[in-house]
Amino acid sequence: MSYVAIADRDHEQEHHDPDTFITKYIWSQDHKVIAIQYGLTAIFVGLIALGLSAMMRLQLGFPDEFSFINPENYYQFITMHGMIMVIYLLTALFLGGFGNYLIPLMCGSRDMVFPFLNMLSYWVYLLSVIILIASFFVPGGSTGAGWTLYPPQAIMPGTPGVDLGILLMLASLAVFIVAFTMGGLNYVTTVLQARCKGMTLMRMPLSVWGIFIATILGLLAFPALLVSAIMMIFDKTLMTSFFMPAISSMGADPGYTGGSPILFQHLFWFFGHPEVYIVALPAFGIVSDLLSTHARKNIFGYRMMVWAIIAIGGLSFIVWAHHMYVSGMNPYFGFFFATTTLIIAVPTAIKVYNWVLTLWEGNIHLRVPMLFSIGFVFTFIHGGLTGLFLGNVTIDLPLSDTYFVVAHFHMVMGVSPVLVVFGAIYHWWPKITGKMYNETLGKWHFWMTFLGTYAIYLPMHYLGFQGVPRRYFSMGNTEFMPDSAQDLNAFITISALFVAATQLLFFINIIWSLMRGPKSDPNPWDATTLEWQTPDHPPKHGNWGHHLPECHRWAYDYSVPGYEDDFIPQNVPADKAPAGRDHGGEH
Amino acid sequence: MPFAVVLILLVVGSILFHLLSPWTFTELASNWGMVDFTVDITLYVTGFVFVAVNLFMAYCVIKFRYKKNARATYEPENKKLEAWLTGLTAVGVAAMLTPGLFVWAKFVDVPEEAHVVEAVGQQWHWTFRYPGEDGRLGEVDNERVSAKNPFGIDPEDPNGQDDVVVYSPEAHIPIDQPVKFLLRSKDVLHDFAVAQFRVKMDLVPGMDTFLWLTPTRNGRFEILCEELCGIGHHTMRGAVIVEDQSDFDAWLDRQPTFAEQTSRAPGNAAIGAAQYTVCAACHGSEGQGDEAVNGPKLAGQSAWYLKRQIMNYKNGLRGVHKDDTIGQAMVGMVAILPDETAVDNVVAHIVTLPDNPAPVTIEGGNIEDGQQEYRVCAYCHGADGLGVQALNAPRLAGMSDWYLERQLQNFRNDVRGSHPQDYYGFQMGLMGRSVYDEQAMTDLVAYINSL
Repeated sequence: MSYVAIADRDHEQEHHDPDTFITKYIWSQDHKVIAIQYGLTAIFVGLIALGLSAMMRLQLGFPDEFSFINPENYYQFITMHGMIMVIYLLTALFLGGFGNYLIPLMCGSRDMVFPFLNMLSYWVYLLSVIILIASFFVPGGSTGAGWTLYPPQAIMPGTPGVDLGILLMLASLAVFIVAFTMGGLNYVTTVLQARCKGMTLMRMPLSVWGIFIATILGLLAFPALLVSAIMMIFDKTLMTSFFMPAISSMGADPGYTGGSPILFQHLFWFFGHPEVYIVALPAFGIVSDLLSTHARKNIFGYRMMVWAIIAIGGLSFIVWAHHMYVSGMNPYFGFFFATTTLIIAVPTAIKVYNWVLTLWEGNIHLRVPMLFSIGFVFTFIHGGLTGLFLGNVTIDLPLSDTYFVVAHFHMVMGVSPVLVVFGAIYHWWPKITGKMYNETLGKWHFWMTFLGTYAIYLPMHYLGFQGVPRRYFSMGNTEFMPDSAQDLNAFITISALFVAATQLLFFINIIWSLMRGPKSDPNPWDATTLEWQTPDHPPKHGNWGHHLPECHRWAYDYSVPGYEDDFIPQNVPADKAPAGRDHGGEH
Repeated sequence: MPFAVVLILLVVGSILFHLLSPWTFTELASNWGMVDFTVDITLYVTGFVFVAVNLFMAYCVIKFRYKKNARATYEPENKKLEAWLTGLTAVGVAAMLTPGLFVWAKFVDVPEEAHVVEAVGQQWHWTFRYPGEDGRLGEVDNERVSAKNPFGIDPEDPNGQDDVVVYSPEAHIPIDQPVKFLLRSKDVLHDFAVAQFRVKMDLVPGMDTFLWLTPTRNGRFEILCEELCGIGHHTMRGAVIVEDQSDFDAWLDRQPTFAEQTSRAPGNAAIGAAQYTVCAACHGSEGQGDEAVNGPKLAGQSAWYLKRQIMNYKNGLRGVHKDDTIGQAMVGMVAILPDETAVDNVVAHIVTLPDNPAPVTIEGGNIEDGQQEYRVCAYCHGADGLGVQALNAPRLAGMSDWYLERQLQNFRNDVRGSHPQDYYGFQMGLMGRSVYDEQAMTDLVAYINSL
């Protein structure tokens, strides 16, 4: 029997609309509802992590002023802050949230190809979050091993939460990876199999490309974390010695022998570096679409952009040990990993150029999503360039493990993706809810966040130059550090608290919009991509009513000469509008 | 328009911040000026890109902002431009990578004439070992580590007998001589970092790592542990003293070898008992302590701790702060112990004294709150408060509570632990600050009294 594309079998499918509240909103198999469930949960844990960062900033800015912070819970705060932000917020939000919402709509599919699995993915993710949060409340508290969880220290006395805390952390990660795998297989299969007629790969919006490649990275990278989590659980509970050499811990011999702590680091960063791109590639893709739409201009160099995403994704698997230049691994590895790391700067730089060139000769609407997008380009340039310092093995000697590192990865992996998250939420808010947000409030939110975060992280690099180490509860009297370093730390703390507080503007805005916001047009930004062309607004279950859309052009036919409107949706046939420039072709 | 102006201001502001920032690299004290050179090149290349791309973006935002009748240009790609940009970026990357790899090649290639110093890390302090006259370090093994053999040196290995062992976080090295620091950890990951030397490397249990440098400036340079190693990570400090060869040789001569250390005769309690009669005036004939004359209980305290504190008084590390009048008095008293042997003797006597719990003198503390406060203390002093020698943490439980409270005050106020060589005191100063107020301290003492 020959294979018939899913889109061609659409008329054979029966569509069962969920009819009870529970099947519609709780045990829902609709990708849009699952996306919102993912998004709300991720933002909820993200707020916890934001609170934790406020606590640690209070200690760093004003050491020994607050009785509720001590060295024990400080290290628990930094650990949980990092882990939550990277895994449970950003990964879940970009892939589980935006991936779920955008892939079927942008590809012209009715849903993910495995809706039940998709539902399961969310509930298993929720379980991992519950296990994670439970670790705050067990005896000894959550782990304080740092988000990298390096053994031996993660499971040896001297570190907070070495009993249940670390075990729950590892268990939660394992469960999260199960959830991610269920979701991830779905996203990849949907992109490959369930695109509508005419939606060739080279016609897909870059958002889908970014999420697609990021998901593949996740499917290949997360297993390394899974096995290391399981191996560490064995080291802790069964006294195996995967990562544990013979040591003398606090004067006693715990009985391990022969393991390698460096092995864990290799496994961790084999996951950990692609993880950076698991977060970054969706942001790259989404911001490309936002810039193009609001500049009324096609994304510049679409094919380059696609290949750059693929190249970055591929290279991201051979750069991991740049996190380990001073880890004690064979120093000769440094030559290889410095070279691959700096090579990855080339496709990344191309992406930046193409974003900026997309603005060139555009007709730029500085609406809220566009402000966040341009803000992203600025912070990403900054964070990307400081990566060239740390990726260069020699410069890692003075700067690794200092505040320069903290500033770099927050700029590139914290601030930049979060600006895209906000831009994307504002951009697709009308589609998700059918309501408009308040533009003025949104602009205030942007300005406070953008300027505030730059005030946090620009100065932080200079503390790194000075030699201030990261993960220090307090500095005490350290001769080579001028007293002014502490003043700068206080300034950074004030900026951080300011930024944290201004996020209220976002929540006020969306709550106001849900309750009082004016109805939005089905396509308020005059965008070309399919999600804006749904028959219902917001789209209903099944997305497309009776007939699946057909795609006739690439996603970026903005301001095509000879056509009156400055955009041509992807489902407009070639005989109704100029063909534009198309790399996709028909099937 | 305002957006573009802000972008331009951010670029200008960033440059100004960079130029005016007082926070920059510390003055170099090693041969690794080439590291700084690589940083500079990278700064110029990335700085140029930062300014150029952002200003271009700002220009676009001004020039191509939305106008009602305007229309964007339709230009899907421009292969020539893309090729040029790719090529130029590759050149910039090569300009940064080349010196980076060149300097790294030097870093991995240790000069043959470099002399070896072993830096040993453990939670949460540094110790050092020098190869001794044969120029070779003896075999070590973490499983052999004990209070008597803290380095875990193999007693059968002849190379180890003359190893110079420095049980202190302070290493000395001669100026202008290349030195290879062999790095070894007993327990978890640590990182040997000295800002002024520019180089750092992790210590990994189960393997030896290294870094090398040639110190170019005399002085005291602080070692910071820069790999998270547990709750005391930020207190894991030490120093490298760079000095002239002759000063270094003299210092090295004063340090014991492994053989000297293991063969050291135990203190003679009988002789110590005679000397203790002076101590008894304040500390009590049975070492039970006497608050009225500010003499804390000694009986039951660990020998290693008693010895270290007496030596600290003798060596000017303790009792020198102007507000520590009682400590100053103690400095006068320890003068009756002429040398280390005398100290060993008196300590040998003290450990024979009967250990009865000190009377409770501080009332009004809430034991449950104190237990919460003690969570942090327990990491080093042990859940039972009996102290852990490997962590340099003395016994607290059953000792004089008034003394405990006063010393905690002293640590918090830098009256104790502020001498640059009192590394363990410095640690306690940092940790003690998390006991925030009088009530917390009273609660804490109440809990320790209950142990």
